[in-house]
Amino acid sequence: MSIWVLRGLRDGVVTTRWPARPDPYADAWRGPARPLEQSERLTGITDLCPTGAITVTGGTVQVDQGRCILCGRCVAERPGVFAWSGGATGPAALTREQLVIPELPETDATIQAARARLAGRTRALRRSVHVRHVDAGSDGSEEWEIQALLGPVYDLHRLGVFITASPRHADVLLVTGAGARGMTGPLRTTYDAMPDPKVVIAAGTDAVSGGLLAGSGSVTDGVGATVPVDIWLAGSPPSPFGVLNALLIAVGYLAPDGRKPR
Amino acid sequence: MTMTQPDVLALWKELESRVATGDRFAGLFAARAVDHNVITLSAYLATAGDVHTLEVRLPPGATGYPALTPRVGAAFWYERVIHDQFGLVPEGHPRLAPLIRPGDPLPRHVEGYGMFTIPHGPVRSGVMESIEYLVETPGEAIPHLNMRVFYKHRGVEQRFSGLTVSDGVLLAERTEGIASVAHALAFCHAVERIAGCEPPPVAGLVRVLHAELERIANHLDVAMRLADAAGLAVATARLALHKERVMRLVSRMCGSRFGRGVVVPGGVSALPRLAPAELEGEIGRLARQVRSEAAALMATSSFLDRLRGTGPLTPARARTHGALGPIGKAAGFADDHRLARPYDGYRTLPVPPARAHTAGDAMARLRVRWEEVDSSFGLLGLAAAEWAERTGDQPRASCEPADGRALGWAEAPQGEVLYDVSAAEGRIVRCHPRSASFHNLVLMHEVFAGDILTDFPFIEASFGLSIAGVAL
Repeated sequence: MSIWVLRGLRDGVVTTRWPARPDPYADAWRGPARPLEQSERLTGITDLCPTGAITVTGGTVQVDQGRCILCGRCVAERPGVFAWSGGATGPAALTREQLVIPELPETDATIQAARARLAGRTRALRRSVHVRHVDAGSDGSEEWEIQALLGPVYDLHRLGVFITASPRHADVLLVTGAGARGMTGPLRTTYDAMPDPKVVIAAGTDAVSGGLLAGSGSVTDGVGATVPVDIWLAGSPPSPFGVLNALLIAVGYLAPDGRKPR
Repeated sequence: MTMTQPDVLALWKELESRVATGDRFAGLFAARAVDHNVITLSAYLATAGDVHTLEVRLPPGATGYPALTPRVGAAFWYERVIHDQFGLVPEGHPRLAPLIRPGDPLPRHVEGYGMFTIPHGPVRSGVMESIEYLVETPGEAIPHLNMRVFYKHRGVEQRFSGLTVSDGVLLAERTEGIASVAHALAFCHAVERIAGCEPPPVAGLVRVLHAELERIANHLDVAMRLADAAGLAVATARLALHKERVMRLVSRMCGSRFGRGVVVPGGVSALPRLAPAELEGEIGRLARQVRSEAAALMATSSFLDRLRGTGPLTPARARTHGALGPIGKAAGFADDHRLARPYDGYRTLPVPPARAHTAGDAMARLRVRWEEVDSSFGLLGLAAAEWAERTGDQPRASCEPADGRALGWAEAPQGEVLYDVSAAEGRIVRCHPRSASFHNLVLMHEVFAGDILTDFPFIEASFGLSIAGVAL
């Protein structure tokens, strides 16, 4: 057994300092597609997207990042109109509408309301938070990225966040998957079993909108149909930094714009 | 090659005799013809060098057919899926409970004094995919286990119909997310067969690079879960660190930690963003670290004691079922597509044959995984060196979608992935994916010979399957 003591010391500290310090891997990461300010002709660009994330309203191109599966087709085909958004942490939003960029001005009031609602609950959570994960029809990759948070590189525990088996001990419900109809009951039961106050995170494009599976009839096109979602996290799958960021927003440690709230 | 038989029994007899003479049963599925009310049953047989499709059309309006399961036991789950999807009754099937569609489950299997059932799932402890295990037990031994996989049925097969071929690749990558590359490969192989196009050699090499890195990441994940089940905190952390390093290397190569968006019909979307020398350096470093960790783990006796004799699959059962991937190899049944029916870079790269194992237990399965990791690093080194000579090549050949139907396959970390794709006018008419996870998970029924409740996490982890690929 003693070999493991030495092996544990072999690579020194491999844990990221994020969010206290920037992390080069997180910063080099590419997020969902975003529209650029453009003067090109826009004919046919809505057909580029396999999940219908691109819309054109009055000459303005909007990308619903909650539908983006990061296939990169729009960026490759129309580099003058679309680009990758940067940073592994996002995008996480407090309302579903906020994932549509550029945002429409009328969503400001709803965002303020959502922020106030969440702040009221996160105050009670303080800095020790227990998370219950539920797979509601994921492709399996989201579970890998959440599992990675428990490893030495991300080390969720250093931030006072723990995965728990019992929903009775849980403050945060972390849901992955497109909302398989078979999981509607178990997901709702888990949510109901959690004590108040509680925060729900829809982790990944599948959980936000159903992703490519939207419209299959066997899923509810996202988990928002079953549980009230507080934090919407895009990504197919979201990076471990993205999940970590969403968890820290749930705790009240970070605001969705990446700044510390206080 | 597709063969049509005159009636169901003739097809079953043909299947039974060919399985008895060495072919491997690789699946059975039903499909309704688009324009009329006729259901076709298609069975797959893996032969030397190819995978054949054997078909039979049921009479119009048929509500049942004589079951295949009594003749070929491996059809057990396949016929339950057919019953779920079409309401067709396989007459003589031993246990026709719902499998991938939610429905009323059957009562308990084992009756007797003191027997009770422990339901485990679908919401399970830790970060797991949703599945419900019903453990029937008198307290410690597990005489029977039932599995309900329908919770996360997502309608993947239905969703394929009508997609363009290029959207189909994206869905294939999300059919079983931890084996994205293998699923994209199997799908693209089918499409390329229909179109009659051949990816350029450099694309074959890049495909090998991604497929082998995916294999290493998956095997490290299994080893990590096994170490976690044994409570070895440092080993768990070390293996998680190596897995993270592999995934970061993949993301540096293509932008996705799961190698998504790389494989496209006709080749790969782009060459790796890393310089070949840098990639070779990274592979060499990773190989040294992982091999050293594996050696330490396989010398930790308290860990090995938990694996030895745990969850054994008999070689006879592995052969009759056609057990895939590491589960089959650990029980002496090795049918690796990279060797038997090579594709892409594997046609020229020397894939070492699997070593002979017969124990079939969790220990043998882990040994097989380390041997595969070892040979993967060898293949990675060779593929990277060959790619260094070809960095100026075009990564993609033109692959105009054509009409037709073909099978495609790839060797995922879990074993064989099969895609049966029909396309017309650039769109998918029907696509039937068959993951190794689906074919192998049913074997969990067979391996609790004297194992007790505390062995459960070891057996489950040693299978290394993904539920997403089972319930589709």
